[in-house]
Amino acid sequence: MGAQLRLLRRRIKSVKSTAKITRAQELIASSRIVKAQQRMQAAVPYEREITRAVTGVVSNTTSVDHPLTVAKERPAKAAVLIVTSDSGFCGGFNANILREAEALGTLLRDRGVEPVPFVTGRKGVAWHSFRGRPMGGQWTGFSRRPAYSDAKEIADALIEAFIDDNGVDEIHIVSTGFVSMLTQEVMIRRILPLEVEESTEKPDAPLPYFEFEPSADAVLDSLLPRYIESRIFSALLQSAASEEASRRRAMKSATDNANELIRVFTMQMNQARQAEITQEISEIVGGANALADAAAGKE
Amino acid sequence: MVIAKTIDGEIGIMPKHAPVLGVLVEGGVLTVKRGGGESDLVAAVHGGFLSVADNEVSILAEMAELGSEVDVAAAKDALQRAQASIEADQENADAALAAKRARARLRAAGEEVG
Repeated sequence: MGAQLRLLRRRIKSVKSTAKITRAQELIASSRIVKAQQRMQAAVPYEREITRAVTGVVSNTTSVDHPLTVAKERPAKAAVLIVTSDSGFCGGFNANILREAEALGTLLRDRGVEPVPFVTGRKGVAWHSFRGRPMGGQWTGFSRRPAYSDAKEIADALIEAFIDDNGVDEIHIVSTGFVSMLTQEVMIRRILPLEVEESTEKPDAPLPYFEFEPSADAVLDSLLPRYIESRIFSALLQSAASEEASRRRAMKSATDNANELIRVFTMQMNQARQAEITQEISEIVGGANALADAAAGKE
Repeated sequence: MVIAKTIDGEIGIMPKHAPVLGVLVEGGVLTVKRGGGESDLVAAVHGGFLSVADNEVSILAEMAELGSEVDVAAAKDALQRAQASIEADQENADAALAAKRARARLRAAGEEVG
């Protein structure tokens, strides 16, 4: 067997095993998207209600004077929570987020604000530590399946940094929003100082005037941290679903690519084999003719 | 009617109640009295909020468990352990909280607790 033929056989074998792996990854990701989406949907009612409550409080009390809602006049530092994934094999997912986070960092520096990265996900942490950038905080190990306690931990650290006089003055989140199975986009939002996101459907009637139990301050004190936790939790959940979606897409195109390679190599291999056979036949025919000619010459 | 326990004390919400936002206590029991011969819905609720608006009551709890879903044996066990650590260390805030929660779970399940 010719050397070229052997080489091609070996490559086909290796590409085939790669295709098997990427195909398996694709299937795993597809089944996980569904679960991640369900978890995302399960968190929606809570988030909706808490947003409604916060909107109610903030729009009711004429002067909300809470440390978490007051914007500092000269912000010096801003925390940027960057939500990345723990594992790779998901295409441009992490690269997109880190690029947007960098862009936000430049934007903040132009305003004279120093960004402090708070990173979740092993990929983002590795990216920052490889470049020797100090991080305000890092959390890993839950990007595929975030629990509420993870969001709470992050929120506690961020709120603590925000309340601290020498800490940060703004908090931004850079994460991937799950628009649909096919579209995920990087979203940048400022969560502190508070910008309550209005719900999409505007109520026709003015918001009801709330009574507070025990007082507006006490309610805000415990409501705002919960609100921030729920924002972070929803960012983590969306990011988890987006991660699986972009992993599925990346693995699908890798499988398609591998199959295309296998097709090309198989064709090349068949050509090489045919060429070898043709050569052998013409050698045999040539040899036989030469023998016949020699025999005819003797007679 | 919805009965919940806020920091100020118990609050009962009847239909057409004025909008209220309240902070719920750790280890409270929430009761929803349903009319029409249906049995009451009881749940153990740990922290969170109660918000009443537009004739709708929403309970946002950090943790909640329906009374019918409480594992009574596990809750009793948790209560005993918490009480043991309170006896060992009077200022153990974690254990006090755990005991409160276990009591709320047991009450929600309809057990008598001292």
